[in-house]
This record gives sequence, C-alpha cells and structure tokens, in this order.
Amino acid sequence: MVELAVNLFDDAPRHELAVAALKAEARNLNFHYGGFHALKDISLPVYDHSITALIGPSGCGKSTFLRCFNRMHDLYPGNRYQGEIVLYPDNVDILAPSVDPIEVRMRISMVFQKPNPFPKSIFENVAYGLKVRGITRRDEVEAKVEEALRGAALWNEVKDRLHDLASNLSGGQQQRLCIARALAIDPELVLFDEPTSALDPIATASIEELMLELKERVAILIVTHNMQQAARVSDHTAFLYMGEVIEFNDTKKLFTMPDKKQTEDYITGRFG
Amino acid sequence: MTPAPTANLRKLIARHRLREQLFTIIGLLALLIGLLVLLGLFTQLAVTGAPRLTPEFFTSFPSRIAEKAGILSAWVGSLLVMLVTACTAIPLGVAAGVYLEEYAPKNWLTAIIEINVMNLAGVPSIIYGLLALGLFVYQFGFGQSILSAGLTLALLILPIVIVATREALRAVPGSIREAAYALGATRWQMVSHHVVPYSAGGIMTGVIIGLSRAIGETAPIITIGALTFIAFLPTPPVTGEFPFLSFQWLKNPFTVLPIQMFNWTSRPEEAFQLNAAAAGVVLLVMTLAMNALAIWLRYRIRRKIKW
Repeated sequence: MVELAVNLFDDAPRHELAVAALKAEARNLNFHYGGFHALKDISLPVYDHSITALIGPSGCGKSTFLRCFNRMHDLYPGNRYQGEIVLYPDNVDILAPSVDPIEVRMRISMVFQKPNPFPKSIFENVAYGLKVRGITRRDEVEAKVEEALRGAALWNEVKDRLHDLASNLSGGQQQRLCIARALAIDPELVLFDEPTSALDPIATASIEELMLELKERVAILIVTHNMQQAARVSDHTAFLYMGEVIEFNDTKKLFTMPDKKQTEDYITGRFG
Repeated sequence: MTPAPTANLRKLIARHRLREQLFTIIGLLALLIGLLVLLGLFTQLAVTGAPRLTPEFFTSFPSRIAEKAGILSAWVGSLLVMLVTACTAIPLGVAAGVYLEEYAPKNWLTAIIEINVMNLAGVPSIIYGLLALGLFVYQFGFGQSILSAGLTLALLILPIVIVATREALRAVPGSIREAAYALGATRWQMVSHHVVPYSAGGIMTGVIIGLSRAIGETAPIITIGALTFIAFLPTPPVTGEFPFLSFQWLKNPFTVLPIQMFNWTSRPEEAFQLNAAAAGVVLLVMTLAMNALAIWLRYRIRRKIKW
C-alpha cells in the first residue's frame, strides 16, 4: 500500500515520501450526510512524524474528512461512510463496522476548533482520557498529566494551580490544555480541526510551534482555514474542493508550484 | 424621496417617545398589581396568624379547642410525604429525562412521548388523585397511607422533573459531549461524568420547584382519603433494636399541612380561622424556603460552570 500512495502522488518529491512511514491512509473514501454526498472518492496518505494539512474553501469537506478519522460522524444519525481509512502499522480499516469507534478514538485523539475544556479542574481535564482508559493509580495519573502538560507547553504556567478550574485559563491556554488532554492518552495520530481559529496571533504562534514539536512524537492531521498556517507548519498539504482532493503535494511544492490550475487560483486568492 | 425637515423628524421622535413612556407605565402597573395583591394577601395572612405562631403550635396535635390545636401531625406528615415523593420522583424523573434527551432515537415515537410528557404537566391534580385512589390505594393495597400520598405526588411532579432535566441537559453544549467522546468515552460515561454533573443545578432547580408544588397540593391527597384529624405521629423510622430502621411509617395514616388548613377553614368558630392563617404562613414559608434553596443551588453550581 505504501507503494500505491507513492504512485498516486508521483509529483511529490520521492525521497521525502519514501522516508516517511505511512500512519494512515484514506482509500476511495465517500461520505454522505443523509442525501448529501460530502466526500467524493478521497484517497490520501497521512505520514507518521509529519504534519499533513487540509486546506480549501468553507464547505469543501475538510472538517468532514478529518472527523472520519475518529468516527465522530457515528454520533449522529443519517451519516454513511464508504471506502476505507487504513491505520498502520496494524493495517486495520478503522471505518469497518466491526471496529469499535471507541477503540479508534482511544488511538486517534482530536483537538477542536473552539477550546472545549470540561468545566472541571485543569488536572481532571488532562486526566479524563486516562480515567476512561481505566488508569486510576494516583502516581501514574499524576506522571501522565505532567508529561502531557509539558508536551503541550503548559506545565510551567499551570503547575501551581492544577486544581483550579480550566475555564479560568486564557483562550490560548485552554487550547493548549485541550492539546494536553489529547496527548495524555498517548495517541498515534492527533487531529486538529482549525485549532487556532478562535485564538489571537500570539496564542496561534505558540500552538503552531507546539505542533512542530509534537510531530516528533505523533502524526498530525490538521484542517486549517489559514493558508499561511498550512505553509508554515505542514509537511504535506491537500487541497480539497467540493468534496474532492484536487491536489495532494509536498507543502513547499503545493504553495510554490502547484500542479493544478485550481490549486493555484485558490492559494493566490482568486477564489475561496 | 426628499429628506424630511428636521422639525418633522423631531415630531415623529416625540410621538415615538410618548408611546415608549406609555408602555413603561402600563408595564409597571401590571407588575405592581400582581405584586401588591400577593403582598397584601401574605401580610393579611401573617398578621392574622401571627398570634398563633408559638412553639406550642408546632408541637401540638390538632384539638377541638382552637387555642390548643397545633400542626405537629401535619408538618410531620408533609415532611414524610415529601420524602417519599422526592425518593421516587428524582430517580425516575432524572432517568427518564436523561434517556429521552441522550439515548432515545429522535423519531416520531419519541416526539409523541415528548409532547405527552409536556401535557402531563398540565393535567389537573385531582385526576392524579383519582388514578392513585384506584391504583395505589385499592389495587396495590397501600391504603390511605403516606406511601400512597408520596407516590401520587411523585407522579404529579414527574413531568416537571423530566422536563427540567431535559432542559438542563440540553444546555450542555455539543462541543463538551464531543470532547468526551473524542477521548473514547462511552455514552454512559459522557452522560454520567459530564452532562449530568454539569446540569445538576438545573435538574435540582426543577426538582425543588416540583417539590414545592407538591407540598401545597391538596386535591389529590383528599381524593386518596387522607384523614383530617390525626392526633398521633407515624411510627418512628429509627428504632432502638436491630435493624434500627423501620418502614412501618410508610403504611401509617397521615395528614398534611394544606389539609389541616382546609379542615380549619371549614370550621365555623372564628378561632380556627387564626389557626388556618398560621398554618398558611408555615406552608408559605416552607415553599418560599424551597424556592430560595433552588435559586441558591443554581447560583452555586452555575458559578463553577462556564463554557
């Protein structure tokens, strides 16, 4: 399958793609919201230890695509998947009806558009994923929470007030808390759904920096509205339009010499 | 269109202003009429009943002599009936509300159930009394007891608790539910760890408002045949010997405050009217205290919850 991905995207620099291992791969993915065909035959690789960005105009299906990866669509009636998303290294199709979405969500975590901490303490927020996983030994939980908060570059700011309410944090801190919460369960892939759209530029910069650090540990798939953000942080970029992948490429290539006319029109601001 | 001269504009604005003032006055009057009438009633009740509000009034049984009569059996009865009502209506109502809001598929069947639950909240209480008379008193053989009364009132306030629970749950934003699911929570974990605790303030408010309605209900209790003259207390729930807890009181006959009041007001002697007023003050204070508790609880819990 690795081969298939490389062949599919022959224009991308071969050495980069060959070095990076595949973490997940969508194969001929179609998605329907009731009668609306939102994703059309999407095939896309997600590489380990790298950041893959999804860009495109509003309503192009990028968030819908992202939310397929943790089966979020299962929560609402009338949604239907076709095709596969294969998770490596164990080669399992996470969209298969036999796969429990809860298992998928324990392996692939998500950071949402608006910071959505639970109205509980900072500590309880980060520890929640552990609680769900049945990890209750106090020292283990404490160690994991600290690790996750350090990973989200929040530890120094909150270590003296771990039992304060999360809602007392600033917007950027809340989003980093949500990242810590997503990291605490040791995910293999982290999904970011426009994680900085509700934040100011300084908080945005800190989240971007954080993502660059995180990719050493996990694979990252990010939806962003902001093309500069995609250009700054990602290694690969997919341009989606009307539910289809128009172009998937090395980020540098996509933003400097896109293969497709439509991509060029979009990134130069001619539409979208 | 030519622009209107400023003078015309000013006239127009003055006319609009006048209407605004007119409504302010009407609104204020409407508010005052409602408030003053209530205040007047309450003051009259308080002034009339005040001389009878002695400690003995709370520790005496009803009597044929007005000055010696008290509300001991009535307030104990009210308290025990409320206990049964709360113990039944809270778990049933909250569970039903959670199921309807979080679990039940959204289809025509649940829509019908939802409409019916709303309608049940408006069913006259005497209908519940009739139902209870047939079901609890005769069919189940609970008799004219505290248990029957508590269950009847529980049925009566069940729709209130269900609706309040659903509304409180609905106030929890979808993003919080998704956050829990995204970490691998099951629906039950999402509900029990997050949605229910976060909506506890709203649920408790609904429960207390339901209970404060139940405590003043008279009609269904009369229908199931509560006695009006009770000169003894129910069996104490705590006993001296093993197993120390007794549920015998559930089967005891009883009276409650509104019935005691009703009984006194129907007496010809003037002196009993004072007793009725005093009992009314006690009932009102109890209801107001419960509502105050609801407001305080809601404030306390909401203060900690920001989305």
